[in-house]
Amino acid sequence: MLSTFWQVWITVITLGSIIGCGILIMYTSRGQRKEETDQTTGHDYDGIQELDNPLPRWWVFMFWGTIVFGFGYLGAYGYGNFKGFLTVEVDGEQVTWTSHNQWKAEVQAFEREIEPLFNEWAATPIPELIGNDAAMQTGHRLFKSNCSVCHGTAAQGAKGFPNLADNDWLWGGSPERIVETIAKGRQGIMPSQLPMLGEEGIADMTNYVRSLSGLPHEADAAERAAPKFQQFCMACHGADGKGNQWLGAPNLTDETWLYGGSSREIAFTLRHGRHGVMPNFSEIWDTLTEQKIHVVSAYVYSLSNEPEVTSAQ
Amino acid sequence: MIKHDSIEKSLPLMVIMIVIALSWGGLVEIVPLAFDKNTTEPVDGLKPLSALELEGRDVYIREGCHVCHTQMVRPFRAETERYGPYSQSGEHVYEHPFLWGSKRTGPDLARVGGRYSDDWHRAHMYNPRDVVPESIMPSYPWLFTNTVDGRLTPRKMRALRTLGVPYTDDDIEGAKAAVDGRTEIDALIAYMQQLGTAITKR
Repeated sequence: MLSTFWQVWITVITLGSIIGCGILIMYTSRGQRKEETDQTTGHDYDGIQELDNPLPRWWVFMFWGTIVFGFGYLGAYGYGNFKGFLTVEVDGEQVTWTSHNQWKAEVQAFEREIEPLFNEWAATPIPELIGNDAAMQTGHRLFKSNCSVCHGTAAQGAKGFPNLADNDWLWGGSPERIVETIAKGRQGIMPSQLPMLGEEGIADMTNYVRSLSGLPHEADAAERAAPKFQQFCMACHGADGKGNQWLGAPNLTDETWLYGGSSREIAFTLRHGRHGVMPNFSEIWDTLTEQKIHVVSAYVYSLSNEPEVTSAQ
Repeated sequence: MIKHDSIEKSLPLMVIMIVIALSWGGLVEIVPLAFDKNTTEPVDGLKPLSALELEGRDVYIREGCHVCHTQMVRPFRAETERYGPYSQSGEHVYEHPFLWGSKRTGPDLARVGGRYSDDWHRAHMYNPRDVVPESIMPSYPWLFTNTVDGRLTPRKMRALRTLGVPYTDDDIEGAKAAVDGRTEIDALIAYMQQLGTAITKR
């Protein structure tokens, strides 16, 4: 609430200005002739002269029109502490217009419209929901706004950010695991192996890791590193290097590389470790959070799976 | 009474009259807000920027981030749906000057804090196309090698204190040590990761 001083300040300046405009137009119109003539005002700039004719009638009407509009506008929206007569519907009641109330009304009206739809989708199991085109379009929108920044608009991923469209999963590709990943976030931690392996050990291990997926490597070096893999790497990546989706440890025997499969990148990963972060998305949306996570999870699931039953559209 | 003729022929008079005419609306739209508690009190939990975040803010200004990114979520459904709660004036009381911006070539950043990982920001600043192939944002590779000059940090904080930012003597004393040797990218990411969090992480 503004103090009385500022309320008076605003009232005097605002109303004074509008009324002043009215006085100005009356003052300048007075004594003007009604007909257009060739008489000039006497202004002469570089041979350009100004005719001394009355203001066009339509223009004067517009001027008065804006003055009337000004009063109407003040009455509708209010000024200072004075509340205007415009109202919007918030929580089922008509309340005074403010920018906050208008926003609230907009949000509530939209939610009334989408809530039944989202509730219906949330009640549909994900393997079935991916056959629903409308839900998948909404899921795609949610994906583009929230996920594509890291995972790409086509879910193709980037270095350090997993491809979500190749049916290859770090943390599991079942509907439940996808929902959990989005709702709770994930922290994928690969610790630095430098203290355990040393510089030479890292060079050897790089060759061993490349050998797991059949990439060109030095056989001698890989052989030297094999026992160390069982000692230091097996706990997360498994004895056969196939990874562990409960820890987010990547499968090292396939052709998918989160940080690159070149000797240089693998050595970097071993030397410095990696720390992948999937943020927790359960706090991003104010409302319908679980439903939205369900729908966007279904969209991600749909990128690698076919619908189980074709729902009637 | 001044004649229209004499205003048109005198440049100083013309300038003064134009300034009065253009700022007239501000008398009621801006001036009272400078005295209104709603706009001058900090929101609950608002903290002044740390020394590193403050240096990050200066990198943000130097690189002109505010030219393409706003820091102002407006109270429209489409904006709050995409970015989070709309911006409040109390979030910005320690900012001198504001970085609200006026044009979005890139997305709004008022609520970017905590939304992406530090690693994502590093990859994105080094070459935006590495993570967002469609991006038209420039690359900022020099931020990874430039280090922050801590000699100026305490003076910046003292200057802000005279403008009402509640830095303590300890904050200012520790400022140089807190930023010395840190890269500009560290500072910039520290700054960005706190943006908007006074409201969202409450």
